[in-house]
Amino acid sequence: MAGALTIARRELAGYFATPVAYVFIVIFLVMSGTLTFTLGNFFDRGTADLQPFFGFVPWLFLFLVPALTMRLWAEERRLGTIELLLTLPVTQWQAVLGKFLAAWLFCGIALALTFPLVLTVNYLGRPDNGVIATGYIGCLLVAGAYLSIGAAISALTKNQVVAFVLAVAVCFLFAASGSPVVTDFLSRRIPVMAEIARGISVTERLGDLSRGIVALRDLIFFGTFIGFWLFANTLAVDHRKAD
Amino acid sequence: MSALIEIDRLTKRFGTFTAVDNVSFQVARGEVLGFLGPNGAGKSTTMKMLAGFVTPSAGAARICGEDVVARPVEAKRQLGYLPEGAPTYPEMTVQSFLGFVARIRGYRGGEERERVAHAMRLTTLEGVRLQPIETLSKGFKRRVGLAQALLHDPPVLVLDEPTDGLDPNQKHEVRRLIGQMAPSKAIIISTHILEEVSAICTRAIIIARGRLLADATPAELARRGPSLDAVFRELTLSQEAP
Repeated sequence: MAGALTIARRELAGYFATPVAYVFIVIFLVMSGTLTFTLGNFFDRGTADLQPFFGFVPWLFLFLVPALTMRLWAEERRLGTIELLLTLPVTQWQAVLGKFLAAWLFCGIALALTFPLVLTVNYLGRPDNGVIATGYIGCLLVAGAYLSIGAAISALTKNQVVAFVLAVAVCFLFAASGSPVVTDFLSRRIPVMAEIARGISVTERLGDLSRGIVALRDLIFFGTFIGFWLFANTLAVDHRKAD
Repeated sequence: MSALIEIDRLTKRFGTFTAVDNVSFQVARGEVLGFLGPNGAGKSTTMKMLAGFVTPSAGAARICGEDVVARPVEAKRQLGYLPEGAPTYPEMTVQSFLGFVARIRGYRGGEERERVAHAMRLTTLEGVRLQPIETLSKGFKRRVGLAQALLHDPPVLVLDEPTDGLDPNQKHEVRRLIGQMAPSKAIIISTHILEEVSAICTRAIIIARGRLLADATPAELARRGPSLDAVFRELTLSQEAP
């Protein structure tokens, strides 16, 4: 674990040593804020909660998280530092976990910086802060799910553009599979598939959490989801590291 | 005692191409082995397998008795490895990069600082310790890679072209450093500079097309022909024709 944490620390410092961190955070804050107040009808709804915000975050992460993960392994392979990293006394699993943890913590920092929204609803009304807290946990879990997908795909290619596009596509699959458009279409034609589509949907799980419902099965879903993709990531690193 | 580096019938195939073909040798403490061969002969692939980065198709490599495939972390603890091209993280400063490597290797606090300072002293990097690595010249970058490999004072050093891109003074400095460390370590350096082999190596191995062609002291090799240069050319070129 110490090895993974050391790698995570280096990675996180790396984000802030390059413009990546600042661009990501600024764009995320501007877009999440703007969308919440404009498209989300924050004021007109007349309810003191952050439902519109939690509705937009997964779609913002859909594009921003792959932008974060596209360089995770692709950059190491391009610079050749993967050879350095994997010949240090750490296992591949520790390296995978360290990189994932750093990216996840970074998303956590970006989410935490949306705190003015929480202050605003508390100033304007009396929201249920418990629901807001579970909504944030949900957003963090969605970020983790997307990160694990993006990191695994980044390990498969040296090309960052390919890594980005593929990660967005795969994340979109898991984001859209729970949307009414998809499930309505499927339940009219192939009802079995509709159930499966809802079952693997990341946004469907966030829906529960942003309403304040913390179900064990949702947590297990995210845990298994992230675990699966990290495992795939380790296999991809092992298979493609020296190519 | 047994050799610190054991390479036993090591083979690597990429599809139908055999990059390293049934190579075996051992390196004992106190030896500096020069690994010679034309470009694409399989030098780097052999070193990558020894460092546990490339998985062998067949055969085994052991560092201090630890198999690099079966017990990778234990083997890598005993190894200082400079990969080809000396890759480093460009945005990090020299000091933070070496600190990272020290922490990965399990050093903390005062010991970590001591290790980093010692490695910088050996490779004369103190003057640039707070500079981002990307702003350094090629020679300095190579020395950062070398410092990283020496940091934990490993019994086994594997250096892929350690003097490539250095100016004559820096080359001399690195050779002096390797000579100084030689008695207590088993060292492999790959190079295609032949005078380097005569200058610092106690033994030389020549490989071409993945096969081991010669394993002798530089002096013995040189005696086989008019010069080491001529022997190298004869051995490696005769292999080119199928």
